[in-house]
Amino acid sequence: MEEIAALFHGFAVVLSPENFMLMLLGVVLGVIIGVLPGLGGANGIAILLPLTFSMDPTSAIIMLSCIYWGALFGGAITSILFNIPGEPWSVATTFDGYPLAQQGRAGEALTAAFTSSFFGAFVAVVIITFLAPLVADFALEFGPPEFFSVYLLTFCSFVAMGKGSPFKIIASMMLGFALAAVGIDTVTGQLRLTFGITELLKGFDFLVAVIGLFGIGEILLTMEEGLEFRAAAQGKINLKVVLETWAKLPRYWITAIRGSLIGCWLGITPGGATPASFMSYGVAKRMSKDGDKFGTGQIEGIVAPETAAHAAGTSALLPMISLGIPGSPTAAVLLGGLLIWGLQPGPLLFVEKADFVWGLIAAMYLGNIAGLIVVLTCVPLFAAILRIPFAVIAPVIIVICAVGAYTVANAQVDIWYMIAFGFIGYVFKKLEYPLAPLVLAIVLGDRAEDSFRQSMLVAQGDLTVLWSNWLVGSITTLALVMLFWPLISKGLKRIRSGRIDTLQEQRPVE
Amino acid sequence: MEHGEGTQAKAEKSCSVCVVDAVTAAILMLIGALVMYDAHRVGSAWSPEVGPQAGYFPFYIGLLIFVCSVVTFYQSTFSKNRDRSVFVDWSQFKRVLQVLVPSIVYAVGVSTLGIYVSSTLFIGGFMLLLGKYRILPTLLVSVGVSAVMFWMFEVQFLIPLPKGPLEAWLGY
Repeated sequence: MEEIAALFHGFAVVLSPENFMLMLLGVVLGVIIGVLPGLGGANGIAILLPLTFSMDPTSAIIMLSCIYWGALFGGAITSILFNIPGEPWSVATTFDGYPLAQQGRAGEALTAAFTSSFFGAFVAVVIITFLAPLVADFALEFGPPEFFSVYLLTFCSFVAMGKGSPFKIIASMMLGFALAAVGIDTVTGQLRLTFGITELLKGFDFLVAVIGLFGIGEILLTMEEGLEFRAAAQGKINLKVVLETWAKLPRYWITAIRGSLIGCWLGITPGGATPASFMSYGVAKRMSKDGDKFGTGQIEGIVAPETAAHAAGTSALLPMISLGIPGSPTAAVLLGGLLIWGLQPGPLLFVEKADFVWGLIAAMYLGNIAGLIVVLTCVPLFAAILRIPFAVIAPVIIVICAVGAYTVANAQVDIWYMIAFGFIGYVFKKLEYPLAPLVLAIVLGDRAEDSFRQSMLVAQGDLTVLWSNWLVGSITTLALVMLFWPLISKGLKRIRSGRIDTLQEQRPVE
Repeated sequence: MEHGEGTQAKAEKSCSVCVVDAVTAAILMLIGALVMYDAHRVGSAWSPEVGPQAGYFPFYIGLLIFVCSVVTFYQSTFSKNRDRSVFVDWSQFKRVLQVLVPSIVYAVGVSTLGIYVSSTLFIGGFMLLLGKYRILPTLLVSVGVSAVMFWMFEVQFLIPLPKGPLEAWLGY
């Protein structure tokens, strides 16, 4: 059980008063980010990232990961109280959360949501604790073909797990790769895709893309829908409600465990938190004896999506720290942070920077506990933030986004890119082009290309190197199955002509 | 992209999803073709010395963008069940422009007036014109946000943001 010893060492690293303050600050900031329209986990962290460059990496990652937990919690508040999902993965929480709030049981719904989120995240962190070192150990043997096949699997998973047209998913992803290729080719030093424009020499930074696509794009969408927030219920939570709800929750343990496992699975293979929450809700609805009452305000209908969303959001960090391949845009931003602090994410991180990795994992445990306490005590405060009129919030958020985009590289042209990405984000979102694969492709583009070129060099241009041993062969084959999954599932449906999944229709494109 | 959409929205007061879909797919086709062209220019073949040339990987990226967008274009123009619902009606698009246009002006402002002055003007203008706020709360919020920003970046974190004539006059 050397993991346990390492973990306790991690707790010792993390548990300084200063780090504990950063943790609380991170959670509070995170919840505010999760509650506000136009700021989400990914771009909130992207904006704050430059501010942490001067900090010690361990303290910085503690604060940033706590912002992440906070943002995950924040989405539930808006879903339940306002019927507005603050984040795509909290859409499924509105189905039962909002009816409960309308019945005056908002406190109960919020407590259930926060506790299930905590549970889901906790399960995922335990899995990370024991699985990440194993995966990293395993990955130490990886050569370029293995890495390329894992990248391939990552991107093909989006096609299998994503909703909507597979062609749009691939086009969006490839656009990300193309944007990543702009600038100087790292291998030959040639200029690519710059068309003689000097501003394009430095390429596109994915942080700017994240801020534009998710921040400005979201503001434009919110603007289009009009500016009104309708407050459904007061978000009052007191100790009595919390204890009463906690007494009820153990009865949904199967749903919670099932949700967590679904979440972990989809988080590690980058399906993302949104499909996970919908799948968990759908499965719970089918399995529960109160299944037909779902949608009218069932606590179980909150437990299912919340455990899955948090388990997925948390376990997306597993491939990020053990392989250097993030499972979600937010994990990608954290990965960007690691690179800027001079830490190379991937299997070697466990060997070379054990302190840092175990500090991060310990911070996940403590950050979750801190998060649960903060959200349970401060709901009225966060609900009050939502009552600030949009005419005040919108320009302030745009200013914050602009500052964030500028500070990434101290370049004014990035503010222009941000606005352009914002408009692209708006159009893409409306046309159901998914944004997550685009962002991940910008982050991973260069490294995927490097591993591809190295494998090709080794094999003298022979593509069969991707099947050269059982390991790389099975990953590549799995990737191809994922890629053609839309076709395969169509075929399967034709054979079985089964039930139509109505929940799929309501799921947003991430 | 921006231009095509704006003119369409004006011309017919609204445009359907499939039209925007087709236009976007056409733009992506163009981008795909451009990527392929440039990849071909830098060399997209296999060379005995360096192995895959600089354009080897981007060429297939461009090809995939192109092919996928051709399919999307086809689906949005010829498919029977294409989405003819309204993409954005004029009043909605007007609200989007109410944010988009000031943001562009703001970006111009950042490079001339500096980020603090233009942020104050941007937030203030937004609150006055769209929020119909009175002068006092507007001033409090807009100047307050810029002041906090100034304190945080220039004083606390020592990260210089773009500054203009006003800051120069004040000695920063």
